[in-house]
Amino acid sequence: MSSPLLHATVCCYAFECSSFLTNPITYGYMDGFDSAVQCVTVLYWVCDPQMIARGKNASDLFPAVVKNVACKNIEVKKLVYVYLVRYAEEQQDLALLSISTFQRGLKDPNQLIRASALRVLSSIRVTIIVPIMMLAIKEAASDMSPYVRKTAAHAIPKLYSLDPEQKDCLIEVIEKLLADKTTLVAGSVVMAFEEVCPERIDLIHKNYRKLCNLLIDVEEWGQVVIINMLTRYARTQFLNPNMNEDKEEKEKKKTEATAIVKRKPYVMDPDHRLLLRNTKPLLQSRNAAVVMAVAQLYFHLAPKAEVGVIAKALVRLMRSHSEVQYVVLQNVATMSIKRRGMFEPYLKSFYIRSTDPTQIKVLKLEVLTNLANETNISTILREFQTYIKSNDKDFVAATIQAIGRCATNIGEVRDTCLNGLVQLLSNRDELVVAESVVVIKKLLQMQPEQHSDIIKHMAKLTDNIQVPMARASILWLIGEYCEHVPKIAPDVLRKMAKTFTNEEDIVKLQIINLAAKLYLTNSKQTKLLTQYVLNLAKYDQNYDIRDRARFIRQLIVPTDKSGALSKYAKKLFLALKPAPVLESPFKDRDHFQLGSLSHLLNAKAGGYQVLPDWPEAAPDPSVRNVEVKESVRAVETVTARDRGPLGPSSGEDVKKSEKKSKPRIGSSESESEEDDDSESESSESEEEESEEESEEETKKKKKVGNERLENTRTTDIHTHTHSERRNTHILNCDSQPNTIASVQVFDTICKPAWLYMQFLLNPPLPVSVPQTIIPSGNLKTYELLHRITGEGLSVEYCFSRQPFSPDPHMVAVKIQFTNSATSEAKSLHVEDAKLQSGMRIKEFPEIEVLPAGETISVVMGIDFCDSTQFLEFCDPNHCTVLLKFFVSIQPPVGELMMPIFMTENEFKKEQGEHRNQCMEIKQYGPHFDCHAVVQRVTTAANLSRVPCGSDKECRFAGKTVTSGSLVLVSVVTKEDGAAQLTVNCEKMVIGTMLVKDIHQALTQ
Amino acid sequence: MIHSLFLVNSSGDIFLEKHWKSVVSRSVCDYFFEAQERASEPENVPPVIPTPHHYLISVLRHRIYFVAVIQSEVPPLFVIEFLHRVVDTFQDYFGVCTEAAIKDNVVVVYELLEEMLDNGFPLATESNILKELIKPPTILRTVVNTITGSTNVGEQLPTGQLSVVPWRRTGVKYTNNEAYFDVVEEIDAIIDKSGSTITAEIQGVIDACVKLTGMPDLTLSFMNPRLLDDVSFHPCVRFKRWEAERILSFIPPDGNFRLLSYHVSCQNLVAIPVYVKHNITFREGSSQGRFELTLGPKQTMGKGLEAVLISSQLPRGVLNTNLNPSQGTYNFDPVTKLLSWDVGKINPQKLPSLKGSMSLQAGASKPDENPTINIQFKIQQSALSGLKVNRLDMYGEKYKPFKGIKYMTKAGKFQTKGLLRGRAWDLKN
Repeated sequence: MSSPLLHATVCCYAFECSSFLTNPITYGYMDGFDSAVQCVTVLYWVCDPQMIARGKNASDLFPAVVKNVACKNIEVKKLVYVYLVRYAEEQQDLALLSISTFQRGLKDPNQLIRASALRVLSSIRVTIIVPIMMLAIKEAASDMSPYVRKTAAHAIPKLYSLDPEQKDCLIEVIEKLLADKTTLVAGSVVMAFEEVCPERIDLIHKNYRKLCNLLIDVEEWGQVVIINMLTRYARTQFLNPNMNEDKEEKEKKKTEATAIVKRKPYVMDPDHRLLLRNTKPLLQSRNAAVVMAVAQLYFHLAPKAEVGVIAKALVRLMRSHSEVQYVVLQNVATMSIKRRGMFEPYLKSFYIRSTDPTQIKVLKLEVLTNLANETNISTILREFQTYIKSNDKDFVAATIQAIGRCATNIGEVRDTCLNGLVQLLSNRDELVVAESVVVIKKLLQMQPEQHSDIIKHMAKLTDNIQVPMARASILWLIGEYCEHVPKIAPDVLRKMAKTFTNEEDIVKLQIINLAAKLYLTNSKQTKLLTQYVLNLAKYDQNYDIRDRARFIRQLIVPTDKSGALSKYAKKLFLALKPAPVLESPFKDRDHFQLGSLSHLLNAKAGGYQVLPDWPEAAPDPSVRNVEVKESVRAVETVTARDRGPLGPSSGEDVKKSEKKSKPRIGSSESESEEDDDSESESSESEEEESEEESEEETKKKKKVGNERLENTRTTDIHTHTHSERRNTHILNCDSQPNTIASVQVFDTICKPAWLYMQFLLNPPLPVSVPQTIIPSGNLKTYELLHRITGEGLSVEYCFSRQPFSPDPHMVAVKIQFTNSATSEAKSLHVEDAKLQSGMRIKEFPEIEVLPAGETISVVMGIDFCDSTQFLEFCDPNHCTVLLKFFVSIQPPVGELMMPIFMTENEFKKEQGEHRNQCMEIKQYGPHFDCHAVVQRVTTAANLSRVPCGSDKECRFAGKTVTSGSLVLVSVVTKEDGAAQLTVNCEKMVIGTMLVKDIHQALTQ
Repeated sequence: MIHSLFLVNSSGDIFLEKHWKSVVSRSVCDYFFEAQERASEPENVPPVIPTPHHYLISVLRHRIYFVAVIQSEVPPLFVIEFLHRVVDTFQDYFGVCTEAAIKDNVVVVYELLEEMLDNGFPLATESNILKELIKPPTILRTVVNTITGSTNVGEQLPTGQLSVVPWRRTGVKYTNNEAYFDVVEEIDAIIDKSGSTITAEIQGVIDACVKLTGMPDLTLSFMNPRLLDDVSFHPCVRFKRWEAERILSFIPPDGNFRLLSYHVSCQNLVAIPVYVKHNITFREGSSQGRFELTLGPKQTMGKGLEAVLISSQLPRGVLNTNLNPSQGTYNFDPVTKLLSWDVGKINPQKLPSLKGSMSLQAGASKPDENPTINIQFKIQQSALSGLKVNRLDMYGEKYKPFKGIKYMTKAGKFQTKGLLRGRAWDLKN
């Protein structure tokens, strides 16, 4: 605590704290201080590492402390937990005393208390309680509350590390939790999966799509774990998207042009695409670990053409803390070897600042070197020159080496670099000179003939330069190329012989080498010198040198004993040596998963899961198919993602289940409702396939609807408030989860008030009315309220296709009231519009009187949020007797867009960009002309025609009203009378529905 | 994942340790100390150090090393990012993150660490959830706690953990509803001696301080969103909306937070707001050198340059300086050879200059004539990139909030460096 007085007091107490803690006084006051606070401080004091370091083991106090576990003060309780977890291992028997408290906590009605009890219980490392923990985890895994389930997922690795025998049981729990649909659980359970059974990749199949879709809503730490796991998964399940290119490269290398079985063209698995698409927005995360995880996923999984997107995000991370930079640069270094083009535009971001720490500088140099090519080498070299003047010597040395690498890699600048490096030989700083010598040595090895003057220059340096490595390099160079400098070489040896005894070991070895080589080429001049050097070496302190001297003497000086080898001495010493290859230390590091610890260390860390190679043939993709019920779940979650980071759906689930838990009527109520949702949705998808079944479906839906009413009766109030709240949030939802209904027209419904409430919750079930197209004036009119149900008042509506002036994001709906009753209708207005989340409505002004027999039209604006959700409202209040009619408006998908003008070229360009999104091919009957197509398409959807030259092709463009995403439609008529319809739209749902609608319009 | 955490101060003492799994002996830090000794500068300690049984991942902030002990494979950035989050949380709670502050608030620190990680995996890192669990200490609260005996631990349960918007507390109430946004841009540039830009880029952030009642839903739009080349968001921002309309739509966290960080790339032409002319000469054999430095504003859009600070590492041969600033104060440290000149505000009519002589070590060879010059400055009420907020709208709540926006430009890593033209390598071929 911050008060020193208090601290002092507490320390005094603490020495007798054993009695203090056992004293029930902890609830009362003592010496004017509150004892709970003191108790807290004492607890910390006993947990304090400093005390433990001083040898005061606080575990003596264990019984005294643990007694407080039942204390009511939350802070004391928490600290007791901390203490307990810390010392339980040492005091196993006593720790058991506290278990019953936690067991009670596990049954608490409050989810947070259940969770925290499980959290502490599972943290106590006492083997005896393993069965209790196992039981608790199993129970918590099927808890109502996702938070408790999350805690259960956290507990799994704890139990596993305590007792690995439990693995099989734990895998069962993991399997169960993996099927969980909430974002809260996803990250934690994948973490548990990675720790307990990372090899059980089969558990992921069924959950793969769900995980992909949930990803954006999972908390950031969970995202990292999930993305890393999915990378591994994808490597086992999908084909290499770069397969053909990689193969070509290989073929070029091997030049085995013959007998290659042509592979069929690569088609990306849609699940593979799903993963890439859903991870991409996370590149914008503020969390560097998430960005890195996505980057490595793209690097390992994406087609070559798409990997580029990660470069920008990675470059952004370089602005972060230096530790982050360090890790990111390591990974960029590896990536830049394989995919150089990706980072080339960001070359300048890797320029070094004098304020960077050395390790960052060196890594940046590495990246710059990797990025160097013929076009940018001159700027890079100019930059390098400024680095050479840095005060940081390690960095200067690294720069010189980098120049050397550039020179070896890029032939054109080799001479420039060499000259530059030779200039550096006259640098004042010896380290610079030494490093240059070493690099020049490597460069000269590539083409020694042309550079005897450089060798001569370097020979002169032996007088001044003291750095052993540099001296050794020069000597080696002279020895190796002594034929190029026949006059200087013996002289150098003479000087060296003089200073031999004072040289470092590596220099001595090179002197011996030089002597030997000279003896072989120019024995006349150097015979004595060599003898002298070898004699000196014979009595050297270092055994390596003595050894080498003995060996060389035997080899080069012919004696009777020397065997056959001496004949080959010249070949042995003066063999042509291959030039060294200056390679990046980051080469081939990408066999480690990028972003991993193992990659960073370039060594396998414990627990590292090898990133598998792509399979030759893709395993069966159907394993990821889930039963219909589950796939609907996936649809729902897709929409949750579309909402952006603030996906209410995940939260709704939470709230829903929370609210459900209060009434607790059926044991699995939430389950049953989900089933309903899914069934009704699944039926739509089936509808697409087989329309004969539609009647059956409708029946089914009715049935489902009834069930629904039953279910929701109990919860109506909650959800009502809930939906209101949603409205106030004004969440911008692009589409609604459970109303992607293919319903065309709604019947009007007039029900008593209590039913009305229920309808707010559940979409009224559609009764399909056979549709008739009214060709007149291109506008289709829909019935909103029939004359009979409306007691004389009939209401029709149509989509006027005029821009709705007060708000451009709204669709204008023209509503026509006809009063065919005998009395006049009064005060017609919209009341209580029940909007799906995100929808907005601009009501028409109240119509005060509508005399009998009259007709009146009004226009209202509705923002459907680009989804064909219906809008319900309680429509007119009817004159004398107050009547409310409950009606709803469901827009055909074609009305959710507005035409935009586009040229043919623009159209083609846009179409290219949205290529992958939605494309369907359908066959049409014969007798077709361009005009008919245009008419039918524009009737079905509010699009404008794109002018085009060809008669065979009709193009249409528009954009959705709310979000303004492009909708492109093209109909290409073919020779045989068939036609191909293509719809490109960012919004999958809209695209699919539009294809259906237009198809229908065209085939009618 | 994260096994233990050790906090090491600059003198190499462990002053706090926390274990989330079984206890790891503090002797593991010996490997860290070794690396620390080898490093010439504190920031040169490698962030990842392998030891025989563990891996140490550390970050250095506020001259404290936060050393995490890892036992098995984990993405290093995961740990680094988490450690930074810990530091940010401490800073948020105690105002500063120093050894003294941590020691004073050791109880809160333990409580925080306990909540932030469970079994080594992050549990609650959102500051808004943490604040619900553990109230930040204030002087008032400490006094009140001492007298009344209440504690720092929040009595209510952390419902934020269950919320859809985990970053926002429920039931927030203010009498004055205010939302302030600071657009702060930092310009990083390397300029060569002749004044031409080698590289320049602008990094910006929008920091917000939002104190609004209830659950407001804000949208913030820009006049020129196309400027933003690369952005990263606080999780509250709806990504889809940004993609489609270039509008920031979000339910804000309560209090201070960083809404957005962005990048304006060097491809766009960046106006450099300041120029420096320097001329430093040494004569061979002489023990004197001349020093001349002038600076002035350039493309500042009419706003004044403030808090200008020049610093430069002079060559090692320089013994002392005798300079004469036309304004402000200058300081030369003969040990580190660091010259710093606090210029203050620049008056365009009378450009500040620093002139004089330097005395050199006798007999030393001619030092390098082109030291790098680092410049710091501030420009109030202007964002250099020209980014402008168009409007801020609030939905979902009925009251009218007070809205404020402030622009500022700062120099980030802004340096002028000399390139010796005469000795530049011939790069023609």
